[in-house]
Formats: sequence, C-alpha cells, structure tokens
Amino acid sequence: MKTTSRPAPPAVTRPSGATPPTRGARPAGRGPHGPLRRKIADQATAYAFLAGGLLCFILFSWYPAVRSVIIAFQKYTPGSDPQWVGTANFTRVFQDPEFTAAWRNTLTFTVLALVIGFAVPFVMALVLNELRHAKAFFRVVVYLPVMIPPVVSALLWKWFYDPGAGLANEVLGFLHLPTSNWTNGADTALVSLVIVATWANMGGTVLIYLAALQGIPGELYEAAELDGASLLQRIRHVTIPQTRFIILMLMLLQIIATMQVFTEPFVITGGGPENSTVTVLYLIYKYAFLYNDFGGASALSVLLLLVLSAFSALYLRLTRTD
Amino acid sequence: MTQTAPPPVQQPAALTKRPADAPAERSVRTLVSPLALARRRGKATYWSVFALVTVVFVLAFLFPVYWMVTGAMKPPEEVVRTPPTLVPEQWRVTGYTDAWDLMRLPTHLWNTVVQATGAWLLQIVFCTAAAYALSKLRPAFGTVILGGILATLMVPVQALVVPKYLTIADLPLIHVNLLNDPLAIWLPAVANAFNLYLLKRFFDQIPRDVLEAAEIDGAGKLRTLRSIVLPLSRPVLGVVSIFALVAVWQDFLWPLMVFSDTEKQPISVALVQLSQNVPLTVLIGAMVIASIPMVLMFLVFQRHIIAGISAGSTKG
Repeated sequence: MKTTSRPAPPAVTRPSGATPPTRGARPAGRGPHGPLRRKIADQATAYAFLAGGLLCFILFSWYPAVRSVIIAFQKYTPGSDPQWVGTANFTRVFQDPEFTAAWRNTLTFTVLALVIGFAVPFVMALVLNELRHAKAFFRVVVYLPVMIPPVVSALLWKWFYDPGAGLANEVLGFLHLPTSNWTNGADTALVSLVIVATWANMGGTVLIYLAALQGIPGELYEAAELDGASLLQRIRHVTIPQTRFIILMLMLLQIIATMQVFTEPFVITGGGPENSTVTVLYLIYKYAFLYNDFGGASALSVLLLLVLSAFSALYLRLTRTD
Repeated sequence: MTQTAPPPVQQPAALTKRPADAPAERSVRTLVSPLALARRRGKATYWSVFALVTVVFVLAFLFPVYWMVTGAMKPPEEVVRTPPTLVPEQWRVTGYTDAWDLMRLPTHLWNTVVQATGAWLLQIVFCTAAAYALSKLRPAFGTVILGGILATLMVPVQALVVPKYLTIADLPLIHVNLLNDPLAIWLPAVANAFNLYLLKRFFDQIPRDVLEAAEIDGAGKLRTLRSIVLPLSRPVLGVVSIFALVAVWQDFLWPLMVFSDTEKQPISVALVQLSQNVPLTVLIGAMVIASIPMVLMFLVFQRHIIAGISAGSTKG
C-alpha cells in the first residue's frame, strides 16, 4: 500500500480563527486548547466510522487466526475447559491414516486441477479470441456454470456420474468408448471431481485470459508472421510470453482455491471410496463436527494455513502494484 | 469450492470505462491475420472452427442446464431410464411443485435471501464507513489498521472456519451464541478485506478538495459520505454488491457449520441435507429453483459482471 507520509492534517488548523466554523453549533478552535480538542474530535469521528468494520475484523479475522494456533496446542471440546497438551494434537493427527490420504488427495487434486483447469481454459480463450462473431454469447455461456451454486453443480454431476441414471456413461457408450466407474472407483473418483471443479469454475479463468489476450499488441503477431513464424510458433513465442504474468497469477490463485476444496467431495463422494477423495478441509470438518475434536481440527487448520499462506504471500508479492 | 479466489486487484475506473467493446476489438489484430481470414481457405476454416466451438459450448455449458430443467419435468420412471430420453415424453411440473412443497423451498429460499441481504447491507454500511475513514479521515494508526486488514487477504478463509465457528458459538466477552442466527453469516461477511480495499482504493481517487469544499459548506463527515462520496462511487458499490451477494448465495461450508437447525438453513445446505430422501425428479426441480436467482442476476448484470472480471487482468 502507498504510504504518502503526509504532514499533520491541515484540516485540523485551517477552520480555526477567521474562517467560519465547520459546524455552526460548535465553534471550533477557541482559545489555546481549541486545536487539540478539534484533533481529538476528528479522531473520535474517524474511529466512529471505523468501529463496525474494525470490530468485525478483530472478531472474525485476527482473533480466529491467533486462536487457531492456540487451540492447536490444547485439548478443546466445547463445554469443558481447554487444557494445554503441547504437540499431542499434531502427533495424533499425523498418525491418522486419513491424514496422509487427505494431503495426498488434496495435492493430487490441485495438480490435476492445474493441468486440466489451466490447459482447457487457456485453449478456449485462445480460440474464442480469434472468433469475430457472437462473442458476447460465448462469454455469457462460458460463465453460466460459475453462477450456478456450487452445491447444484456438485449434485448435477453426481447425477451425471450415476451408474444407473447418469448421462456420463451413456455419452461414452454412444461414442463407443469404454465406460468408467467415475466416482465409484477409488482410482477415478478424484479425477471425476476435478472435472466437476473445472467445469464449474473455468468461466472466470477464460474471461481473464481473454482480457489478457486482447492486451497483446497486434504488431507482435504481424512481425512474427513476417519472420515466417507458424501459428504454433506465434503462440509459443508471442502469446505465451506476453501473458506469462497472468498465467502465473491465475495458477497461484488456482492452487490456493483448489487446496481448499470441500463442496465437491462432501456432496458427491463423501470422501470415498476408500478415502480416495478425503481432502484436508474435509478432514478438518470431520475432526470438528464428527469427532468433536477441535484441537485436532485446529492442528490441521494450522498446517493448511501455513501451506496456503506461503502461496498467498507469493501471490501478493507478485501483484503488489505500488 | 465454496468460494472463488478474488480476481486480481482491479482498477475501479476500468468498470465504467469499458463500454460494449465490439467496435474497438474488431480492428485489433490477433493470432490469425485478417488477410488469412479473408482468403477462401481461411473463411472455410474460420466458419468450421466457429461451428465447432458453438457446438462444444452448447453441449458443455447449456446442455447440462437443459438437462436439469427438463429432467425435473420427466416422470420418476423416465428420468432413470436407459437410454435416456432427450425430450420428456410427458411434460409435467410436479417435479417443481413437489420440490417447492416437500423440500420446503420457500423457507430455505427466504433464509438465503435474509442471509444474503443482511450480509450485503452490513458490508455496504460498515465497509464503506471503514474505507472512508481509512481513505479520508486519517485516523491514528490508520496505516497499521489497513496493513492488518490487507494481511487477512493472505489468510485463506476456509482454513479459519474452525476458530471462527468457535467465536460464533461463544462471542468473546459478551458470551453470546450466534449459531443458527443470521448474524452468524452477516458479521463475518463484513470482515471482507478484498471489498474494503476495493472501496478504499476508489475513495482514494476522489479529490480531497471536493470533500473539503463540502465541509466548508457545513456538511458533517456523515453528510459528506452520503451526499458526495457515495454518489460518486456508484460503480464500485455495484461491484461490491454483486461480490457480496454472490458470495453468500454460493457459500456452503460456513452455513453448513453454523446452521444445524434445519428451519434456518439456506437453500445450499438444505439441498444437500435433503438430497438423500427425495425422489430424483424432485431433487432436480429443487436444484433448478435454487439456481434461478443467481442465474437471473447474472443475465441482468452480465455486462457489469463480465467487465468486472475481465478488468481484473488488464493491468498485466
């Protein structure tokens, strides 16, 4: 953020003396204590405006952030006094077989979401940018799934994947392709969820890529073409370098977002089959609301927080404009 | 994912300065040169690609919506039949009416409306006031507070749900339990660093002279905010409003945690909780109904929403 080190606010001294007082009822700046009183009044006003927002930040951002670290080292069950247990929560959580599964699944999900969720929208944006007609239509259509509530998207795909009534295998059969177990197979469940997430979220990515592509100066393509660069070479040497910053940005955002995946596994697979879709956030939810173990849940949260904050820090560092 | 990550910080002005962008774009040269497109082969390729993209987009994004809308209209035995019917043999609305009654959608829709409206109102009131204070009133430690607020952007919301839940279950000092209360959605929604920062950035652009002139004319701080700052900030208020409404409507994990009382649950939570116990056609009907408000809002404000998202990346 910009810190333009301003001198003492001029507003404090200016209205005193000859200029008409700002509020008719209360003459500002009478006698030697005027400016000080005025200053205090100004601060009071400023803090009155800040109060509501500030209180919410204290209660629901700063305090929970500190508290999650504290509870991670406590035995905490609602209703009884918390006890300090040192690192017991962490060791217990580490020994949980689901812990390894959750992290492995989350990381796999993130990597898959990057591969699929990056490549597909990028190619889409690339093609859409070349089209001269019906642009508004494509933009609306590609963003439509983003506006459908995530729970509905998840339920919709759950229905598509259904071995009986589902559409997914019908389509594969129609195309003479082998059918899949989708969410019922331990090896295919996670990929199936990545497909849902990509379908539901790609609209935003496509639109941002589209805007980035429109910022590329046409002369670059012209020059490349004069030099005999083929279509693929133009993509490789002009498009990608020119959009590198946005690509990196979106990748980081996507890592941060996909590592917090919860709705899809919760709604579609319930973590199964064989723990193949339990994610870290899902495990946190289980510890808190199934096992009533808020200490363990907090220990997990702290770990997730550390990993995600590293990515967030990187993101903020890269996007810092001033 | 219950929430999409915030788009890159955008210049608030970009939203207003971006009119329907058709004419400007057409002249811009892209990957394929206009010359190549003008040739006979180029034209053929262009139109086949265009047709292919249209088909893919319709199948991938519109067809699922069609499938939902018609699925709810099929009789229960038809919706599970293989091979499925593309067009319902009998059109009936019982899927929708049953969903409305059986799943008590009016209650849950109303809950969602209350939660979203409250979160939106509180966010507008408190975030605007705080952003105005930080931008124009120069409170002591203002930069420290702003720094602290921006730092929360680094902390992913979902990783803090557990301690946030405990805070809501037992508010510090006053020991009030806000579980199953709309305030559990409203208050945390105010702590939205992204929206607050958007507002603050916009207010920073308003010249100080304008505000001082108002003050000399005898307007208090609140009056200045209401009559000068807010009317000037209409575009950014629009963006913040859309973000705020969409965020609450789409959220799942947080309302799932704080509303254990079925009567109080928003539609997203109720859909999942009830999905096991209702016939498929009824569930699909409920899914369609749950999507309508957001899709309608999108269709009405699509230009602004799309421009807002695209604007995020223009700074490069």
